[in-house]
Amino acid sequence: MSLSRGLPGTAMKVIGLGLFAFFIFGPLMNLAMTSLATSVWIALLTVLVSLALAIPAGYALARLKLPMRALILVLFLLPQAFPSVAIYINVARIFYSLGLTGTVGGVVLVHATHGLVYSVWIAAAAFAAVDRDLELAARNMGASPLRTFFTITLPLATPGLIASAIFVFLESLDEFTGTFFVGVPQVSTLPLLLYNASMGGNYQIASITALILLVPSVLFMLFIERFLRADVLSKVGR
Amino acid sequence: MSRSSTLGLLLVAPALTLVAMLFLWPLGFSLYAAFTKDGAFTLQHFAKAFELYSTDILFTLVIVLLSTALIAAVAIAISGLLTLSETPWLIAILKQLYRWPLFIPFIVAGQCMRTFLAKNGLMNNTFVSMGILDPSQTMSFLDWRGIVITFVWKQAPFVILMLAGAMASIDRSTIEAARNLGASRFRSLFEIVLPQVTQTLLVALVLSFVTMLSVLSVPMMVAGSQPTMLTVDMAFRINAYGDYPTANALGVISYGFTAIAAWIYLRHNLAQHSEAGK
Repeated sequence: MSLSRGLPGTAMKVIGLGLFAFFIFGPLMNLAMTSLATSVWIALLTVLVSLALAIPAGYALARLKLPMRALILVLFLLPQAFPSVAIYINVARIFYSLGLTGTVGGVVLVHATHGLVYSVWIAAAAFAAVDRDLELAARNMGASPLRTFFTITLPLATPGLIASAIFVFLESLDEFTGTFFVGVPQVSTLPLLLYNASMGGNYQIASITALILLVPSVLFMLFIERFLRADVLSKVGR
Repeated sequence: MSRSSTLGLLLVAPALTLVAMLFLWPLGFSLYAAFTKDGAFTLQHFAKAFELYSTDILFTLVIVLLSTALIAAVAIAISGLLTLSETPWLIAILKQLYRWPLFIPFIVAGQCMRTFLAKNGLMNNTFVSMGILDPSQTMSFLDWRGIVITFVWKQAPFVILMLAGAMASIDRSTIEAARNLGASRFRSLFEIVLPQVTQTLLVALVLSFVTMLSVLSVPMMVAGSQPTMLTVDMAFRINAYGDYPTANALGVISYGFTAIAAWIYLRHNLAQHSEAGK
């Protein structure tokens, strides 16, 4: 009750603060906003790519018989478990020969690979947490496997999939190293703007960028527990 | 092969292709570039890497090991407090506070530390205005100390999260039995609780170790000057000279560090399994 009454008031305060900040930092904000738009665009594309890859892969890992299942799970972990700089310098070299350096597409691919461990592992856990009896009931009543998947399994796994999407979104938003090697010079995301401003001694822009980057991370900390339920969490990596 | 496993492999294939293209292929590329010259096997890139960067190799190892040790100490202390403390308000405050750094990006942490630890930074200015330090006594922490402070601040919450979770799931009656028999909280932490969660502690520390080895932004932003960490040297080799062989040799050395961490973990794991089998 108090939440719904307090919400409009809080929203007004946030908008007011935002306007206040805009008038003070307006000229500087332009630069930050361009990078913010690039960052969000890249993060959204990364989420799309990784969901498109992780939903089939997660379903297969959770429900179907797979040879060498443990090895496949570990393969998705590897890009996170290796010192990434040495990998990214070679990715940049390969991308250069393909004309992918300095493009949004190249950066999205790098971010999606880095985030696969979250998207695939959490998706697999989310599908594994769906009650098998519900699927069997649907099949008994004559639904095709595909229809069962889209009307029963997928909707029930959605909260877990949203959680994995949030993980991937934030990973992409905060990612520095990969963008540093693959995105330069054309793609300037918020972390790159922060780095360049800070190294150039422009602490105003650096501080603004740091604050913008903090907002989604803090929101994530406050709300992730709603999406990632314990029954899904206990199945991650299994 | 049954129909179901073919379908499974088909569904996993696109994601695996991405890993192969953007991880396995570059990994092979880096090994090839590090060990060959004009197609023939050579170790001269490693000789060059050691000649130019042996200080930095040692520096990286010392920084990461020191940070890991400090993280372990902080994590054991705080998760021990969370599990064994009998002061509810302390637990409530710690629970709210400890995880904040976990969700702050490395690059933001680097920028915060850059303004906090500098000679005229927030920390020194606060000390000066409180009259604890004289302006002439202030010094910059933006060197190896800055890197270690940032790493510990950023990674300790992750280890605490895993460790406190593991401690919460052990059988409380073992702790209560020890306490009833007169063991101090300190003693029950080290003799009862910690031995039951070493596995989790080790996993969390190995993951932190590898993360710290791969971070580029923190050493670049917090400590600009020499000596510095291998990640910065690799970036410098590429951006200044386009020198891929030496950069990749340094990369292979950092794989080596990771492999040692993985080996320690696996050995401990095997030892545990064989003990359980007895």
